[in-house]
Amino acid sequence: MCFDNLDNLAKKNLMSSTPLHDPFAPPVADAKTEVRNTTCYMCACRCGIRVHLRNGEVRYIDGNPNHPLNNGVICAKGSSGIMKQYSPARLTKPLRRKAGTERGAGEFEEVSWEETFSILGERLGKIRATDPKKFALFTGRDQMQALTGLFARQFGTPNYAAHGGFCSVNMAAGMIYTIGGSFWEFGGPDLERSKLFIMIGTAEDHHSNPMKVALSKFKREGGRFISINPVRTGYSAIADEWVPIRPGTDGALMLALIHELIALGLYDRDFLVRYTNSGQLVNLDAAHDEFGMFVRTEVPEEEGCYDPQNKLWWDRNTNKPVVTHKEGADPFLFGEFKLSDGTPVKPAFQLLKERVEDYTPEWAEQITGISAETIRRLAHEMGITARDQQIELPIAWTDSWGKEHDSVTGNPVSFHAMRGLAAHSNGFQTIRALSILMTLLGTIDRPGGFRHKTPFPRPIPPCARTPNDPRAVQPNSPLDGMALGWPSDPDDLFVNADGTPVRIDKAFSWEYPLSVHGLMHNVITNAWRGDPYKIDTLLLFMANMAWNSSMNTSEVRKMLVDKEEDGGYKIPFIVVCDAFHSETTAFADLILPDTTYLERHDVMSMLDRPISEFDGPVDSVRIPVLPPTGECKPFQEVLIELGTRLKLPAFVTKEGQRKYRNYPDFIVNWETAPGSGIGFLSGWRGKGGEKTMRGEPNPNQWEMYAKNDCVHHYKLPRSYQFMRNWNKGYLEWSQRMGITRYAEPILIHLYSEVLQKFRLAAQGKSITRQPPAHLAKRVETYFDPLPFYYEPLEAQTSDKLKYPLSALTQRPMAMYHSWDSQNAWLRQIHSHNYLYVNSRTAKDAGIADGDWIWVESQWGKVRCMASYSESLEPGTVWTWNAIGKAAGAWNLTPDANESQQGFLLNHIISEELPAQADGKRFSNSDPITGQAAWYDVRVRIYKAEEGEPEQTSPQFEPLKKYPGMKEHPSWLAYFGGGKKKDNAK
Amino acid sequence: MTQLALVIDLNVCVGCHACVTSCKEWNTSGSAGPLCDENPYGADPTGTFFNRVQTFEIGQYPNSETLHFPKSCLHCEDPPCVPVCPTGASYKRKEDGIVLVDYDKCIGCKYCTWACPYGAREFDEKAKVMKKCTLCVDRIYDQSLDEIDRKPSCVKACPTSARLFGDVHDPESEISKAIREDGGYALMPEWGTHPANHYLPRRKTKLKIHNDELERADNPLKVDGLLPKPNKNDPSMDDVSAW
Repeated sequence: MCFDNLDNLAKKNLMSSTPLHDPFAPPVADAKTEVRNTTCYMCACRCGIRVHLRNGEVRYIDGNPNHPLNNGVICAKGSSGIMKQYSPARLTKPLRRKAGTERGAGEFEEVSWEETFSILGERLGKIRATDPKKFALFTGRDQMQALTGLFARQFGTPNYAAHGGFCSVNMAAGMIYTIGGSFWEFGGPDLERSKLFIMIGTAEDHHSNPMKVALSKFKREGGRFISINPVRTGYSAIADEWVPIRPGTDGALMLALIHELIALGLYDRDFLVRYTNSGQLVNLDAAHDEFGMFVRTEVPEEEGCYDPQNKLWWDRNTNKPVVTHKEGADPFLFGEFKLSDGTPVKPAFQLLKERVEDYTPEWAEQITGISAETIRRLAHEMGITARDQQIELPIAWTDSWGKEHDSVTGNPVSFHAMRGLAAHSNGFQTIRALSILMTLLGTIDRPGGFRHKTPFPRPIPPCARTPNDPRAVQPNSPLDGMALGWPSDPDDLFVNADGTPVRIDKAFSWEYPLSVHGLMHNVITNAWRGDPYKIDTLLLFMANMAWNSSMNTSEVRKMLVDKEEDGGYKIPFIVVCDAFHSETTAFADLILPDTTYLERHDVMSMLDRPISEFDGPVDSVRIPVLPPTGECKPFQEVLIELGTRLKLPAFVTKEGQRKYRNYPDFIVNWETAPGSGIGFLSGWRGKGGEKTMRGEPNPNQWEMYAKNDCVHHYKLPRSYQFMRNWNKGYLEWSQRMGITRYAEPILIHLYSEVLQKFRLAAQGKSITRQPPAHLAKRVETYFDPLPFYYEPLEAQTSDKLKYPLSALTQRPMAMYHSWDSQNAWLRQIHSHNYLYVNSRTAKDAGIADGDWIWVESQWGKVRCMASYSESLEPGTVWTWNAIGKAAGAWNLTPDANESQQGFLLNHIISEELPAQADGKRFSNSDPITGQAAWYDVRVRIYKAEEGEPEQTSPQFEPLKKYPGMKEHPSWLAYFGGGKKKDNAK
Repeated sequence: MTQLALVIDLNVCVGCHACVTSCKEWNTSGSAGPLCDENPYGADPTGTFFNRVQTFEIGQYPNSETLHFPKSCLHCEDPPCVPVCPTGASYKRKEDGIVLVDYDKCIGCKYCTWACPYGAREFDEKAKVMKKCTLCVDRIYDQSLDEIDRKPSCVKACPTSARLFGDVHDPESEISKAIREDGGYALMPEWGTHPANHYLPRRKTKLKIHNDELERADNPLKVDGLLPKPNKNDPSMDDVSAW
């Protein structure tokens, strides 16, 4: 026994029977305390928070009980905001790479903001005056895409996207091209009324607090929760049943479930008939240019109509073709018919039935590893719960065809899915299949099923378009169209006359036609190779592209410093804006220090990804709680200032003078068009704040948000809250509010004409543009108007005997992306990661629990530690993503666990597939959407040799600390706003 | 006599660690604070946390469960940490049963750590005193807070409301009801410590489907004329008997 404190012992009155330490005494005498509301940004959930200040420092942060998103709860990340705010990894000054030093060496010098703006203004001004596409702006999970997108468009570059292409674009595109809405910000499971909930491949940091709140209520109320996932962690842990599945095979499961539901008649026929294109007749004349398209009749088109109601059913009552939704008509869903001109036709549902004919549960068992018996039971549980537990709510509403309904009904089966489905190269068709499964069960925007959130549903596809012509890019002019959009046919592609891509990431080209979120994961590789062309300046905002946000990380880092023969860098100028030191800031030529979320204004805008609830639109704001640290400047302010200096039309008056004082002024006064009444914020519009959604700018809008917990929630009338794809009242309201241009019903695309149009073009049949010959086969194969299963592309080119395992990553609930290793509290929860291996798989490979091993793909290998798991499908290995860091990054010490025991799987995932016969390489992505196929990689594992260092591999030269950054203390004793604070060195 | 306690519902805990850091952020700047962290940005960071979540896997694949298990001081009714304390720093409050450490009396001898069968004590390496969960004694009676905020920080934060708080001696309290109705249990009762905190077990919802429920009279395949009919070539008694 050793008494460290013998000196102190003597001073203590041990005889006292009452406590000496009074737990109720205020820990800081006469403290000045204050509570400020704002919105969290420790992840993308965007909960309402209260920041409690003591003497101007953060004492604690808790959830705002009045906020509709989180109702007072807060997560591990939100509770650790203090450690983000005061992190030693914070950048505090604009920095320039020292002249004469190599990029990546981490030698920076301070520059003033004035100098920074002048460097940027001069360089970008020249680019804009010559060839605006030489400037590329790509952003991470920034929550301000409406502003960054506006800036890029005003600049005139097509080369803009956020991180969606490497996140979950398949989920957005697959669902929006099918049901007009998707999971997370735009819709989700109505767990309040659901009875059966199926969660498939979900990232646990996504929509996390609302999901946790809803899931626990659901379970407590006796709901049944099934998790389909190769791994059982987090949410899946509390599932009533866990169904392990092989990665990348979810499509096969969905199709087999559809097979079983159709075979047994467990589909909601009334729903399919009225609200989907199931009954519509498809032209099956193979010789016809319109083969595979819906037959249209001669109904005069209404002007400005988006999706004219001019398709046909084959009516069971009259045994004749009729215009859909004709009063008294009821279509055949099955069968084949001949039109009077002899054209053979079939209802779309018949084609779906034929499609899934061979997708039996026995077939799916071989692919998914789930027994046919289980697949059947799952289908039965879904079908019977949907059918026998129907909900009826006494809410009258009127549908788009004028039919009045006394009630809203719903089938209480709901789903949630995310990157586990999306991050595969077959994800788009898998998610189409999931959307169709949800549709067969009759669960779209109905109680207990999937519910939309404003601004969704939107027409299929939504109306935003990119330009379709390279001439949209002109010097000194804004881009003539959006940088991102929703192609509805091949003529919407953004390609040159020869079919080659206009964008640096090749989005909206024949290689990835529906890449609605761009392909950020290929920007560096493409720019380095000069394919399709070289660029001058790459501006990255909050994206760790030299580490966890890039595939093939080691090679991408080399590309960032690779030089031309003349000694200039292949990517000549790289600007990084971030609040923190990271692997990526090291490669910058210019660093812009961003503020933290507690130091800035921000909007969660209806123009972007708002935080709407099922019952109506919700948006919110951030209001600074603390002054900026050092010389940090919010990126929003940087964009407004830069836009003004470059005289981008949106930011200056006709005379070229400054239009907006700053970001808050911009937010209040900017409108989508002069006098449109639509701006970034939907609440308290109108001169006195009396209007919602639409109205003149209100000079006191920020104050009104501040007074109302920083959030605006408009509850729709009950009759507008359901069936919104076909709800006349809702759609007309949405049109009046300017949310959508069209108010026609949004029929569910069980059968996708959009996809068929691309296939026809590839077959040389259509009157639209056609793909270059070398891409025709690819487009024809993957643009199938009905969902189908194919093995992920990388697996098709992998030696599966050599690489028998699938490797996955997922993100833990207590971390968001790479952000939190600099957080002293959160990193104690996850300071390094293991490769989890099923104990049986590990033992077969001679690997003991905790052994150092190599995990190797056809692209490379990584040394890491193995950990046994029983909650894991045996053909899968996985790890937590972005815990592993490069040595010294994020201002951690070079010997920190993150770099020594932690590892990054990305080194063995390629951003490109193996070369084609012509030497060209496609992105390792979904051939339809360009979604990064993170989870397709195949690996093998083996024990590290005796004597190998017990350290992860690869290792990199430790990063340096930059000027303006704090030292990392060896002790931390945080005590907010008081004398007890003691940050020992 | 009041005995304040937590009841932790393992049926809904998803292991998100909200309780871990919300506790840390409240208490580091409160009467128990600061809660120190050693090597906060270096190798093997370790700090004082009153609440920790451990995750276990139970069974063997595929018959396995993953369990998230939040753990903090259980505020035993017979706390073994109290009598072993040589200075009387470990004590149990008469008013509400909360077990506290008097930091001004603690000499950091760690006897209490050895006595506690639950590993709930947290030695603060900087202050050289023993610390542990206080049930946020400096929040729950604070009249300057709104009533809904007068709860332990972890309880307020928990997104799945897996943490219930109340008087375990009051049979009508929410937590007593939960223990009674949902099979609440105490950890390692064989130690005779009578932990005030309890845990609620996993509860599973199953759906039993009888085959005769698969088909109903209103089966849409009837409408669409596609209800499966036996093939005329299928086996039948006609094949074997002429009666």
